[in-house]
Amino acid sequence: MAGEATQQLTTKELWAGKRSPFSISYGKMMMWFFLISDALTFTGFLSALAFMRVKYADVWPITENIFYHFPFVHHTELPLLYVAFMTFILIISSVTMVLAVEAGHRMDKKGVTKWLFLTVIGGAVFLGSQAWEWSTFIQGSEYGAYDMGDGTMARLMNEEGTEIQLRDRTVISGAEAEEIKANHRVVQGANLHENEYGLPLYADFFFFITGFHGTHVLSGVIINLIILLNVRKGVYQKTGHYEMVEKVGLYWHFIDLVWVFVFTFFYLV
Amino acid sequence: MKRDDIIEYSLHAHHSEEEGVKKRKEIYKVTIILSVITIIEVTMGIVLGKALFLDNQSAWDMIKVAYIGLTAVKAAYIIMVFMHLGEERKPLRWLILAPYMFFLLYLLFFILVEAGADTAI
Repeated sequence: MAGEATQQLTTKELWAGKRSPFSISYGKMMMWFFLISDALTFTGFLSALAFMRVKYADVWPITENIFYHFPFVHHTELPLLYVAFMTFILIISSVTMVLAVEAGHRMDKKGVTKWLFLTVIGGAVFLGSQAWEWSTFIQGSEYGAYDMGDGTMARLMNEEGTEIQLRDRTVISGAEAEEIKANHRVVQGANLHENEYGLPLYADFFFFITGFHGTHVLSGVIINLIILLNVRKGVYQKTGHYEMVEKVGLYWHFIDLVWVFVFTFFYLV
Repeated sequence: MKRDDIIEYSLHAHHSEEEGVKKRKEIYKVTIILSVITIIEVTMGIVLGKALFLDNQSAWDMIKVAYIGLTAVKAAYIIMVFMHLGEERKPLRWLILAPYMFFLLYLLFFILVEAGADTAI
């Protein structure tokens, strides 16, 4: 953060010992090191996704055909809108966190409490949204989909299965649909073994990557809550600085950062 | 026992009310940039749905590159402004970014080659 880091010091002074050459406290430095290793873990997951995505490019499910649900809105397809809402919530909670850090630099206890509280709320809303999205994904579409045998699925547009939507969103009916109906089985919902939206591998990646990220959000909300209680008790007012808020802030921004990449590589591309 | 040889760098990080106003202004500016980029991405995703491009791979590739570029811009703003890495000393900045970039490029190169991306293009 500003302050010491903006002071002009010679290299000799900085590296002479008895001080941090980076003008940063031990705690913040270690938080950065942890974040690098955590970032590499997520990079590993997203690279694995990229590997399979390229390998099965011809049959990989199309996200607009999967995430079109919206809470309290039925029988309307709103592709990607709810994921966009979740992304927005996480960005805003990142903003409230940086505002809490800024208030801490002015020793404004009331400001820190307010912004940190809003950050916790944002995290909780995100977690709830993710729970809803998981349950929607697990339950599946209204009528399920036919397993076409080549890795793709064809969605039933009505209960009888006489109208079927293929991967490229063309809808077929009549004799063609009858033939598919006679020769293929219906899958509804998704789990680690079966996925009505396409390759089971896709569902595995969905549960694993968004699950691992969600676990980070959960721990982030809990840590933020603990720090919020400390702020209210006046612990950091007594210490003379709010560096602890800055440290948990780094973690929270990192969670937002990871989601930005998950959003792009899982949902958009 | 309280040690007196430890420098509390955080005590230097305090700033005045006037500086706070300036800092908040920048935070709001970045908020708007991040929101606008997200809105552009989602609009692109809805209007230019992937199903439209199943038989036009090169057009889809261009959209993909645009997505990755926009994401990189978002990531840079979050790291440099929200995480304050832009305000840290330069050696620390490189200490954090360089090893990560190295492993990222290393991993991506091998994984894409192994997946057959080189033969697909």
